[in-house]
Amino acid sequence: MRTIQVTDVTDAIREMCIEANHQLSPDMRRVFESACRSEKSPLGKQILEQLSDNLKIAEQDMIPICQDTGMAVVFIEIGQEVHFEGGSLEDAINEGIRRGYVDGYLRKSVVKDPLIRENTKDNTPGVIHYKIVPGDKVKITVAPKGFGSENMSRVFMLKPADGIEGVKNAILTAVKDAGPNACPPMVVGVGVGGTFEKCALMAKQALTRPAGVHSEIPYVKEMEEELLTRINRTGIGPGGLGGTTTALAVNINTYPTHIAGLPVAVNICCHVNRHAVREL
Amino acid sequence: MEKHINVPLSKEDIEALRAGDYVYLTGTIYTARDAAHKRMQEALDAGEKLPVDVNGNVIYYMGPSPAREGRPIGSAGPTTASRMDKYTPALLDLGMSGMIGKGRRSAAVKDAVVRNGAIYFAAVGGAGALLSKSIVSSEIVAYEDLGTEAIRKLTVKNFPVIVCMDRKGNDLYETAAKEYQGE
Repeated sequence: MRTIQVTDVTDAIREMCIEANHQLSPDMRRVFESACRSEKSPLGKQILEQLSDNLKIAEQDMIPICQDTGMAVVFIEIGQEVHFEGGSLEDAINEGIRRGYVDGYLRKSVVKDPLIRENTKDNTPGVIHYKIVPGDKVKITVAPKGFGSENMSRVFMLKPADGIEGVKNAILTAVKDAGPNACPPMVVGVGVGGTFEKCALMAKQALTRPAGVHSEIPYVKEMEEELLTRINRTGIGPGGLGGTTTALAVNINTYPTHIAGLPVAVNICCHVNRHAVREL
Repeated sequence: MEKHINVPLSKEDIEALRAGDYVYLTGTIYTARDAAHKRMQEALDAGEKLPVDVNGNVIYYMGPSPAREGRPIGSAGPTTASRMDKYTPALLDLGMSGMIGKGRRSAAVKDAVVRNGAIYFAAVGGAGALLSKSIVSSEIVAYEDLGTEAIRKLTVKNFPVIVCMDRKGNDLYETAAKEYQGE
């Protein structure tokens, strides 16, 4: 049994909220820089240069990369040998979000009720996904999610007969519909299989997989590569104003499913695709 | 084509702008996003005056992050314009001359742009830190209780935008993607 103070969780989450909103993660930086070199449209290149300058200014002057600093999504994997001390874990996570967004001059974008819509003024609560795993470590991923791209995400309940072509078409449909609204170049997170809610959660998790790291399942890896090529042939381009860079990565996660179903979720993210990871 | 023009926009400037032009704006603009649009619509429905005169002005669909000490504003990039589509034709009919946002607009907005000789610019989505450098001052002028969604009067200097829909309804989003399809 290992004891962890919940205040350590609060401190880590506070720092990760600020870090993710000001610095592009190393994996995203690699694919972004590669796109800057390969873009064929002059206007597309100009937009990528603007985004590149934006990243430098954000880091140097501590101005958030985007004004939509997102709703804080937290994945927390808890080793089953861990015991938390010092209060409620959920409260500690939300306190980390509160301090990160207040201390870090991040935008407060959360409303208390989806229809009454009163701002909570501290960006809490976050959306928290817990997973119990073997071991005595705690792995925290903070992925603040902007809603320009979140609004363009989709779930498709396909039929088994739709097969792999059906899955590919669903992904392409979601990307084309998102077009300029999702701040391309985008990152496309996909969940295939499971149930209605499982595929949506997998799509979100897929966005936290480092860009450029492919699925370990050979046919899924092939599908990721094929879709990235096909998405970049849509012509949508940087800012949706035409070009050869529409997506920077396509990450697909899969899970067993029911004999009657083929659920597919497509979670679209902008070029920033914020995620910070830390282990306690 | 690159152009430097002043805001509020003159009729001559609007007439000369074409979809695809890269434009630097200098002068005064106002911000409004979802909640401010809803309130303005409610004011119009109740027969009340709007808190800012939209006639002749440009509205920027933007809700900034908080400013650090000594700075006029925080990160300040565009939000998705289509969420304002429901409210936009009424504001264009009241004389609003232009909008800055990102993403596609509805057919009703396009009709209202053409009917009123207005213009829709896109700023680059996700470039909020860079764009904040072109904002010289920011002042809340209405709906302060809405926080980031309050209406702000901004002074901008060489604020970079691209004409996405000109007064004739030419739509850059429709034409630009076709050019690079299949490459």
